[in-house]
Amino acid sequence: MADPMRIRAVARDGSVNVKVLMSHEMETGQRKDASGKLVPAHFIQSVSATYQGKTVLQAQWGPAVSKNPFLEFNFRGGQKGDKIAVTWEDNKGEKRTDESTIN
Amino acid sequence: MNVSRRKTLKAGSSVGLFVLLGVAGLLRPGAARAADWNKQAFEQKTVAEALRALGAQSPANSDAILIKAPEIAENGAVVPIAIESRLPGTQSITLLIEKNPQPLAASFGIPAGTEASVSTRVKMGQSSDVYALVQADGKYFVAKKEIKITLGGCGG
Repeated sequence: MADPMRIRAVARDGSVNVKVLMSHEMETGQRKDASGKLVPAHFIQSVSATYQGKTVLQAQWGPAVSKNPFLEFNFRGGQKGDKIAVTWEDNKGEKRTDESTIN
Repeated sequence: MNVSRRKTLKAGSSVGLFVLLGVAGLLRPGAARAADWNKQAFEQKTVAEALRALGAQSPANSDAILIKAPEIAENGAVVPIAIESRLPGTQSITLLIEKNPQPLAASFGIPAGTEASVSTRVKMGQSSDVYALVQADGKYFVAKKEIKITLGGCGG
Protein backbone atom coordinates (compact mmCIF):
# COMPACT_ATOMS: atom_id res chain seq x y z
CA MET A 1 0.00 0.00 0.00
CA ALA A 2 1.30 3.36 -0.99
CA ASP A 3 1.92 6.04 1.59
CA PRO A 4 -0.80 8.63 2.18
CA MET A 5 -0.96 11.78 0.12
CA ARG A 6 -0.31 15.11 1.70
CA ILE A 7 -3.16 17.42 0.81
CA ARG A 8 -3.34 21.07 1.81
CA ALA A 9 -6.49 22.99 0.92
CA VAL A 10 -6.80 26.64 1.87
CA ALA A 11 -9.84 28.85 1.24
CA ARG A 12 -9.19 32.48 0.37
CA ASP A 13 -11.03 35.11 -1.65
CA GLY A 14 -13.82 32.74 -2.62
CA SER A 15 -11.63 30.03 -4.04
CA VAL A 16 -9.80 27.06 -2.59
CA ASN A 17 -6.14 26.50 -3.32
CA VAL A 18 -5.32 22.80 -3.30
CA LYS A 19 -1.81 21.39 -3.14
CA VAL A 20 -1.26 17.63 -3.29
CA LEU A 21 1.91 15.62 -2.82
CA MET A 22 1.57 11.94 -3.70
CA SER A 23 3.98 9.21 -2.80
CA HIS A 24 4.79 7.18 -5.91
CA GLU A 25 7.88 5.95 -7.75
CA MET A 26 6.62 7.11 -11.19
CA GLU A 27 8.93 4.59 -12.87
CA THR A 28 9.16 5.37 -16.59
CA GLY A 29 9.89 1.90 -17.95
CA GLN A 30 12.98 3.32 -19.69
CA ARG A 31 15.41 3.04 -16.81
CA LYS A 32 17.74 0.07 -16.32
CA ASP A 33 18.67 -1.40 -12.96
CA ALA A 34 22.21 -2.31 -11.85
CA SER A 35 22.13 -5.61 -13.78
CA GLY A 36 21.07 -3.85 -16.99
CA LYS A 37 17.46 -5.03 -16.95
CA LEU A 38 14.71 -2.56 -17.75
CA VAL A 39 12.72 -1.57 -14.69
CA PRO A 40 9.05 -2.00 -15.63
CA ALA A 41 6.93 1.13 -15.88
CA HIS A 42 4.96 1.93 -12.74
CA PHE A 43 3.23 5.29 -12.66
CA ILE A 44 0.02 7.06 -11.72
CA GLN A 45 -2.30 7.23 -14.71
CA SER A 46 -5.29 9.07 -13.40
CA VAL A 47 -6.04 11.49 -10.61
CA SER A 48 -9.30 13.06 -9.58
CA ALA A 49 -10.24 15.53 -6.89
CA THR A 50 -13.79 15.78 -5.58
CA TYR A 51 -15.57 18.30 -3.40
CA GLN A 52 -19.00 17.32 -2.08
CA GLY A 53 -19.35 14.62 -4.71
CA LYS A 54 -18.48 16.96 -7.58
CA THR A 55 -15.28 16.50 -9.56
CA VAL A 56 -13.18 19.65 -9.31
CA LEU A 57 -10.17 18.37 -11.22
CA GLN A 58 -9.35 15.32 -13.25
CA ALA A 59 -6.00 14.41 -14.71
CA GLN A 60 -4.37 11.77 -16.86
CA TRP A 61 -0.66 11.38 -16.47
CA GLY A 62 2.12 9.64 -18.31
CA PRO A 63 5.40 8.47 -16.80
CA ALA A 64 6.96 11.90 -17.43
CA VAL A 65 5.39 13.27 -14.26
CA SER A 66 8.10 13.41 -11.58
CA LYS A 67 8.56 10.91 -8.79
CA ASN A 68 6.36 11.74 -5.79
CA PRO A 69 4.06 13.88 -7.93
CA PHE A 70 3.05 17.40 -7.01
CA LEU A 71 -0.20 18.94 -8.15
CA GLU A 72 -1.66 22.38 -7.48
CA PHE A 73 -4.97 23.86 -8.62
CA ASN A 74 -7.73 26.23 -7.48
CA PHE A 75 -11.49 25.87 -7.53
CA ARG A 76 -14.28 28.25 -6.59
CA GLY A 77 -17.07 27.69 -4.11
CA GLY A 78 -15.37 25.53 -1.49
CA GLN A 79 -16.15 26.26 2.16
CA LYS A 80 -13.75 26.21 5.06
CA GLY A 81 -14.29 23.09 7.18
CA ASP A 82 -15.55 20.98 4.29
CA LYS A 83 -13.62 18.02 2.98
CA ILE A 84 -11.84 17.55 -0.30
CA ALA A 85 -10.89 14.07 -1.52
CA VAL A 86 -8.17 13.09 -3.97
CA THR A 87 -7.90 9.68 -5.63
CA TRP A 88 -5.18 8.28 -7.85
CA GLU A 89 -4.88 5.02 -9.75
CA ASP A 90 -1.69 3.67 -11.27
CA ASN A 91 -0.97 1.46 -14.28
CA LYS A 92 -0.92 -1.64 -12.06
CA GLY A 93 -4.43 -0.92 -10.82
CA GLU A 94 -3.37 0.22 -7.38
CA LYS A 95 -5.54 3.02 -5.97
CA ARG A 96 -5.39 5.40 -3.10
CA THR A 97 -7.84 8.00 -1.80
CA ASP A 98 -7.10 10.58 0.87
CA GLU A 99 -9.15 13.40 2.34
CA SER A 100 -8.30 16.73 3.81
CA THR A 101 -10.27 19.50 5.47
CA ILE A 102 -10.28 22.92 3.84
CA ASN A 103 -8.63 25.52 6.07
CA MET B 1 -38.97 13.21 -32.43
CA ASN B 2 -39.14 12.52 -28.77
CA VAL B 3 -40.04 15.86 -27.21
CA SER B 4 -39.42 15.00 -23.59
CA ARG B 5 -36.03 13.68 -24.55
CA ARG B 6 -35.20 16.96 -26.29
CA LYS B 7 -36.30 18.86 -23.20
CA THR B 8 -34.15 16.73 -20.99
CA LEU B 9 -31.20 17.30 -23.27
CA LYS B 10 -31.78 21.01 -23.27
CA ALA B 11 -32.12 21.18 -19.53
CA GLY B 12 -28.93 19.30 -19.05
CA SER B 13 -27.05 20.97 -21.85
CA SER B 14 -24.69 23.04 -19.76
CA VAL B 15 -23.56 19.98 -17.91
CA GLY B 16 -24.08 17.58 -20.80
CA LEU B 17 -22.11 19.55 -23.34
CA PHE B 18 -19.31 19.84 -20.92
CA VAL B 19 -19.26 16.11 -20.37
CA LEU B 20 -19.32 15.38 -24.09
CA LEU B 21 -16.96 17.99 -25.46
CA GLY B 22 -15.56 19.15 -22.21
CA VAL B 23 -12.36 17.38 -21.81
CA ALA B 24 -11.07 16.31 -25.17
CA GLY B 25 -13.37 13.30 -24.95
CA LEU B 26 -10.79 11.61 -22.81
CA LEU B 27 -11.61 12.83 -19.35
CA ARG B 28 -14.95 12.25 -17.71
CA PRO B 29 -16.20 13.43 -14.36
CA GLY B 30 -16.29 10.85 -11.64
CA ALA B 31 -13.75 8.78 -9.84
CA ALA B 32 -10.24 8.27 -11.13
CA ARG B 33 -10.34 5.48 -13.65
CA ALA B 34 -7.15 4.20 -15.15
CA ALA B 35 -9.25 2.27 -17.68
CA ASP B 36 -10.06 5.60 -19.33
CA TRP B 37 -6.39 6.43 -19.73
CA ASN B 38 -5.68 7.51 -23.31
CA LYS B 39 -3.01 4.91 -24.00
CA GLN B 40 -2.83 5.70 -27.68
CA ALA B 41 -2.07 9.38 -27.13
CA PHE B 42 0.41 8.76 -24.32
CA GLU B 43 2.39 6.23 -26.37
CA GLN B 44 2.99 8.45 -29.40
CA LYS B 45 6.60 9.34 -30.06
CA THR B 46 6.23 12.84 -31.53
CA VAL B 47 4.23 15.94 -30.63
CA ALA B 48 2.42 15.85 -33.99
CA GLU B 49 1.34 12.23 -33.49
CA ALA B 50 0.25 12.91 -29.92
CA LEU B 51 -1.82 15.91 -31.06
CA ARG B 52 -3.44 13.75 -33.72
CA ALA B 53 -4.26 11.08 -31.15
CA LEU B 54 -5.83 13.78 -28.96
CA GLY B 55 -7.90 15.06 -31.88
CA ALA B 56 -6.05 18.40 -31.92
CA GLN B 57 -4.12 18.34 -35.20
CA SER B 58 -3.54 22.02 -35.83
CA PRO B 59 -4.10 24.12 -32.72
CA ALA B 60 -3.95 27.92 -33.11
CA ASN B 61 -1.13 29.74 -31.34
CA SER B 62 -2.37 31.77 -28.40
CA ASP B 63 -0.68 34.27 -26.10
CA ALA B 64 -3.54 33.81 -23.63
CA ILE B 65 -1.85 30.62 -22.46
CA LEU B 66 0.94 31.19 -19.98
CA ILE B 67 3.62 28.62 -19.25
CA LYS B 68 5.43 29.35 -16.02
CA ALA B 69 8.64 27.35 -15.81
CA PRO B 70 12.33 28.03 -15.33
CA GLU B 71 14.31 29.04 -18.44
CA ILE B 72 17.06 26.76 -17.23
CA ALA B 73 16.27 23.79 -15.01
CA GLU B 74 19.21 22.29 -13.20
CA ASN B 75 17.59 18.95 -12.52
CA GLY B 76 15.63 17.36 -15.36
CA ALA B 77 14.06 14.89 -12.94
CA VAL B 78 12.01 17.62 -11.30
CA VAL B 79 11.04 20.50 -13.57
CA PRO B 80 8.25 22.64 -12.08
CA ILE B 81 5.76 23.73 -14.73
CA ALA B 82 2.61 25.79 -14.23
CA ILE B 83 0.15 26.43 -17.03
CA GLU B 84 -2.53 29.08 -16.92
CA SER B 85 -5.14 29.63 -19.60
CA ARG B 86 -6.89 32.99 -19.89
CA LEU B 87 -9.07 31.70 -22.72
CA PRO B 88 -12.76 31.80 -21.80
CA GLY B 89 -14.38 28.39 -21.54
CA THR B 90 -11.16 26.46 -20.94
CA GLN B 91 -12.03 22.78 -20.67
CA SER B 92 -8.69 21.03 -20.59
CA ILE B 93 -4.98 21.77 -20.29
CA THR B 94 -2.45 19.34 -21.72
CA LEU B 95 1.32 19.39 -21.36
CA LEU B 96 3.62 17.98 -24.05
CA ILE B 97 7.42 17.85 -23.93
CA GLU B 98 8.83 17.65 -27.44
CA LYS B 99 12.06 15.76 -26.82
CA ASN B 100 10.83 13.27 -24.26
CA PRO B 101 10.54 9.68 -25.55
CA GLN B 102 6.77 10.07 -25.20
CA PRO B 103 5.91 13.77 -25.50
CA LEU B 104 2.47 13.68 -23.86
CA ALA B 105 3.20 14.23 -20.18
CA ALA B 106 -0.07 15.17 -18.50
CA SER B 107 -3.60 16.22 -19.31
CA PHE B 108 -5.95 18.01 -16.94
CA GLY B 109 -9.71 18.31 -17.21
CA ILE B 110 -10.99 21.63 -15.90
CA PRO B 111 -14.64 21.42 -14.80
CA ALA B 112 -16.69 24.62 -14.60
CA GLY B 113 -15.84 26.38 -11.35
CA THR B 114 -12.22 25.25 -11.38
CA GLU B 115 -9.66 27.87 -12.35
CA ALA B 116 -7.81 27.18 -15.61
CA SER B 117 -4.46 26.99 -13.93
CA VAL B 118 -2.52 23.90 -12.87
CA SER B 119 0.97 23.27 -11.56
CA THR B 120 2.95 20.06 -11.49
CA ARG B 121 6.50 18.74 -11.80
CA VAL B 122 7.78 16.68 -14.69
CA LYS B 123 10.83 14.82 -15.93
CA MET B 124 12.71 16.06 -18.97
CA GLY B 125 15.41 13.99 -20.62
CA GLN B 126 17.07 16.99 -22.29
CA SER B 127 16.51 20.63 -23.19
CA SER B 128 13.28 20.87 -25.14
CA ASP B 129 10.34 22.95 -26.20
CA VAL B 130 7.30 22.30 -24.05
CA TYR B 131 3.79 22.85 -25.37
CA ALA B 132 0.67 23.76 -23.44
CA LEU B 133 -2.40 22.66 -25.38
CA VAL B 134 -5.68 24.16 -24.24
CA GLN B 135 -9.15 23.21 -25.31
CA ALA B 136 -11.52 26.15 -24.93
CA ASP B 137 -15.08 26.24 -26.26
CA GLY B 138 -14.32 23.09 -28.22
CA LYS B 139 -11.33 24.58 -30.06
CA TYR B 140 -7.66 23.89 -29.52
CA PHE B 141 -4.98 26.48 -28.77
CA VAL B 142 -1.32 26.09 -28.02
CA ALA B 143 1.64 27.96 -26.54
CA LYS B 144 5.23 26.89 -26.29
CA LYS B 145 8.29 27.60 -24.19
CA GLU B 146 11.84 26.35 -24.32
CA ILE B 147 13.31 24.88 -21.17
CA LYS B 148 17.02 24.16 -20.94
CA ILE B 149 18.14 21.26 -18.83
CA THR B 150 21.61 20.99 -17.36
CA LEU B 151 21.14 17.46 -15.98
CA GLY B 152 18.80 14.97 -17.66
CA GLY B 153 16.00 13.34 -15.70
CA CYS B 154 15.32 10.12 -17.54
CA GLY B 155 18.66 8.43 -17.18
CA GLY B 156 19.96 5.75 -14.87
